[in-house]
Amino acid sequence: MAQHDDGVATPDGVTAPDANDTAAGSAIAKVEAREVSPGLGVTRPDTLVNPGFPPHRARLTDTDPRKEKRAERQVSILFFLSIIGSVLAVAAYIAFPIEPGNMTSVRMNTLMLGLGITLGLLGIGIGAVHWAKALMSDVEIVESRHGTRGSDATRAKALEVFALGNKESGFGRRSLIRNSLIGALVLTPIPAVVLFRDLAPAEDPVPLLKHTMWEKGTRLTRDPSGTPIRASDITIGSAFHVIPDGLNDSEHKLEEKAKAAVLVMRLDPADLVERPERAEWSYDGIVAYSKICTHVGCPVALYEQQTHHLLCPCHQSQFDVANHAEVIFGPAKRALPQLPIAVDSEGYLIAQSDFLEPVGPSFWEREL
Amino acid sequence: MAKSTSSTQKRRSGRRSPLASIALIVVGLLSTGGAYALFTTAATAETTVAHEQLTEEGSKLFAANCATCHGLDLAGTEAGPSLIGVGEASVEFQVATGRMPMAQSGPQAEEKPVQFTEEQIEALYTYVGAQAPGPGIPDEEYLAADGDAALGAELFRINCAMCHNVAGAGGALTEGKFAPSLTGVSAQHIYEAMVTGPQNMPVFNDENISPEDKANIITYLTYLDENPSPGGLSLGNLGPVSEGLFIWIFGLGAIVAITVWLTAKSN
Repeated sequence: MAQHDDGVATPDGVTAPDANDTAAGSAIAKVEAREVSPGLGVTRPDTLVNPGFPPHRARLTDTDPRKEKRAERQVSILFFLSIIGSVLAVAAYIAFPIEPGNMTSVRMNTLMLGLGITLGLLGIGIGAVHWAKALMSDVEIVESRHGTRGSDATRAKALEVFALGNKESGFGRRSLIRNSLIGALVLTPIPAVVLFRDLAPAEDPVPLLKHTMWEKGTRLTRDPSGTPIRASDITIGSAFHVIPDGLNDSEHKLEEKAKAAVLVMRLDPADLVERPERAEWSYDGIVAYSKICTHVGCPVALYEQQTHHLLCPCHQSQFDVANHAEVIFGPAKRALPQLPIAVDSEGYLIAQSDFLEPVGPSFWEREL
Repeated sequence: MAKSTSSTQKRRSGRRSPLASIALIVVGLLSTGGAYALFTTAATAETTVAHEQLTEEGSKLFAANCATCHGLDLAGTEAGPSLIGVGEASVEFQVATGRMPMAQSGPQAEEKPVQFTEEQIEALYTYVGAQAPGPGIPDEEYLAADGDAALGAELFRINCAMCHNVAGAGGALTEGKFAPSLTGVSAQHIYEAMVTGPQNMPVFNDENISPEDKANIITYLTYLDENPSPGGLSLGNLGPVSEGLFIWIFGLGAIVAITVWLTAKSN
């Protein structure tokens, strides 16, 4: 704190504006120092001159005692409001209890409690700022930065302390202790490294990303009931949200569902444009596509039965269901993977196989 | 011995002959059956007459208001789709919500003030329903909103929420189309929309969502209508869009205002 020798405070803020020949405050002495700036190789005669402070302007609360009184009252009123707010918060918590099963009571409880606490905190905050702005001294002062180097005496003393410590502990002399301590310290983080390493996927994630629950013969079932679907159940214009048979009993239900969710739609076969190699993948106008967007994996299910557009709600990618779910708009780069389907002997829809390409967004190891 | 004689005597002296009960049953059956036949023929005759009247009135209304686009034979024209087999539910939904007749062609028919009286709407859907079979007017038992709201909510989230928003606030679709808000829509119209798939909405037939599950979904939507949001101001339930806009304008606005006040010199 003794380092403030460079700091120059305006004497009292009233005499400075009167000195008309030095337009601004008392920083005029610094201007001369600027001419031999240590930071510049070339001394510039047209260097920017420190304009110093603007003339200090007295506040109304400085000049008018009535205004000062008024500001004082305002600050205390704000603090009193804070007191009232804090008390109100407790009162509201008791007066508006949360009744089980009544959502309106939850709303009233949180609203009233929040209003009370807000008043309690804002009253203090606004009052304190108002106090500082209107009543505390607002005279401009300069506090210069100072060097961080200690005095020579302090530095010598510090060295002495270190040397003494070394001498007394024998840190430099007893090398066995020192080296074994360093060894111990180096090894302490090792258990953490081993532990955190196990947070990585235990198995290679690529096969998990490439395969879903669908297999040859897996029945298509309704989400969430898991009841199988007959081809005859799906009328033209229908959209069924589908999960593989057995998903509800699987160990990692949500992980599997996130990959295997499928949307089944039936179009008029006349509307369906199918590539010859995929002609066997649909059944009488019934098509099944992965519900996981190829952009970043949102569920795509906004199906329009007349235009056959499928919209992803996250980033507005659009897929044309009539044309192998090719992208017709938006940031998705690949068509939605199609699930090849067939009908079993009992009339239920089954998968011919798993998806023939990984579902969902791209990942590093994806070949397609 | 004496006892048995007295009992046989009693039976003989009884007024009822063994054939009496059979005769009684025959008479009873004949009378109830006859009465039933009489009443039902009278009733069906009455309903048939009423039905024919309605159909005839509906046919006139259809010719005057709908045939320009849908064709006099309901087979559709370039301006409008065929109505063969759409069913009574479809016509009731489209006309009683004001979507039909359309005011102008556009991305989709929008809700507007209803153009017909209830009797006229009944005549119209009876006429269209009489031409070819299709989904009928839903049973009252599924519209009472007394099902399982939690199950309905799960089904709603899986089947409906992607377009209509999880709170039924509606949402945008492609090329100017949109899924309308479901707030305040009558149970009958929700049921009819599910079963018929109006415009671009997919069909959710009874094999996909059973009538009981449709009733559960209606229960959930009614619950949403009748219970205020526990979070307070719902901002239209539109999620991040309206909430983000609100906090960017009013939340950040308040922070900017406080910053300006903090740094401004007092007068």
